[in-house]
Amino acid sequence: MILLRRQLPLFITLVTGLTMATQYYVPHPVSEELLTSVTKWLQIIGGFALVLGVTSLFHVHAVKIRRQEAGWGYSGVLYAGMLGTIAVGLWANGKESIDGVMTAFGWAYSYMMVPLQGTMFAILAFFIASAAYRSFRARSREAAVLLAAAVIVMMGRVPLGEYILPLSGDVSQWILNVLNASVRRAILIGVSLGAVALSFKIIFGVERSYLGGGKE
Amino acid sequence: MPFESIIGAWVATGLTLFIFSFLYKDNPVFKVAEHLYVGVSVGYTIVKTYDTVIVHLIWKPIVENQEWMLLIPVFIGLLMLTRYVPKASWLSRYAFAFIVGVGSGLAIPRTISSFILKQIEDTIRPLLTLMPGEGVSFTWNLLSPASGVNAIIILVGVCSVLFYFFFSVEHRGPGKAVARTGVFFLMIAFGAAFGYTVMARMSLLIGRLTDLIEFSDASYGRPTLWLLVMTIGLLIVLGRRTRSEPPQEG
Repeated sequence: MILLRRQLPLFITLVTGLTMATQYYVPHPVSEELLTSVTKWLQIIGGFALVLGVTSLFHVHAVKIRRQEAGWGYSGVLYAGMLGTIAVGLWANGKESIDGVMTAFGWAYSYMMVPLQGTMFAILAFFIASAAYRSFRARSREAAVLLAAAVIVMMGRVPLGEYILPLSGDVSQWILNVLNASVRRAILIGVSLGAVALSFKIIFGVERSYLGGGKE
Repeated sequence: MPFESIIGAWVATGLTLFIFSFLYKDNPVFKVAEHLYVGVSVGYTIVKTYDTVIVHLIWKPIVENQEWMLLIPVFIGLLMLTRYVPKASWLSRYAFAFIVGVGSGLAIPRTISSFILKQIEDTIRPLLTLMPGEGVSFTWNLLSPASGVNAIIILVGVCSVLFYFFFSVEHRGPGKAVARTGVFFLMIAFGAAFGYTVMARMSLLIGRLTDLIEFSDASYGRPTLWLLVMTIGLLIVLGRRTRSEPPQEG
């Protein structure tokens, strides 16, 4: 049984991993076709993975409603929003507009989802500003550098800032394109080295946590 | 003005104001909008995934083009759902093994090529540029894309930040100076990222306020004004009700 439950999945990982890694170095139509097919396959399997996540959400809120726990009414609102959107979405075949006419699904997207999403992220501006007020005190040289960079970039991105600090636009662009880019590049190289090492560990069965726990 | 646009303006304005009410304090009105947001977003994702995956990637290719090979990923996907059957949940390992294996295999050469070698190549750029008729020149101008000074700064920044995160050697002596340089580069980048994020959020805020101003127009029935009054009224009523309720035990 251990062969089926543990060794075969590890073998599948090894074979698929090595195949896809090799595919990159084989400039042949068959290899290209393999990449296209596998990418499509991953999309299909990913769709099933969504079922796992959504079922969990359904379950959590269904339990809340059934037990009438504190705030169960909000779970009802969530259900109503979700089922309503699914219903109008399926009715409109997943299209926001048909022949230039907005569907009910498109309406839900334009007048519910977009404003809710936009406002949800917009209020973060206030919280970021208040957090900055509390934490951005130039208590050390490093904090002062961080504060100065943040102020210059903020000033450089609005006309008023450029009016007050005429050079802030150019300096802001230079900070983003040179100093910020160098740090992002270093972090990207570091993260990529880690990702490659982890991928090798997964392919060769050193890292097995994705298989989950269990007796075997 | 079309009827659905008027109703849409009222709904969008109400939901926007409900979310903004959180700036006063956490309240039931905000929670309703928050849960509705999650519900609508999940519903939207489900419909889009159904349309993309089930209809366009599975149903149509199999039924119309007889692409029977697509039954393999469908089978692998279904194996994932065995997680709900405790005795057969180990079968889902095959699905995860396939996804993780393919993902790792795809990642190795592409990451090495795009995120390591290409980045190193861009970091170590020639300092001198050959101009036709002018010979070799070194560009001092910091704002020029071909600036030699910027090339040096980027090289110093990348090396010092990488060294700062390299913990296999102790940071002392010259190493400490290099790591400290890396810290300053990091602080500048964090500050820049912060400033950039704040301004992006501000841009969203301006967008929402622009919509509120537009929807305060008489052609929509002035939803912004009416719903603002209603939201404030609701907050006052809910605030009074909370104060009059006795605190729960436990």
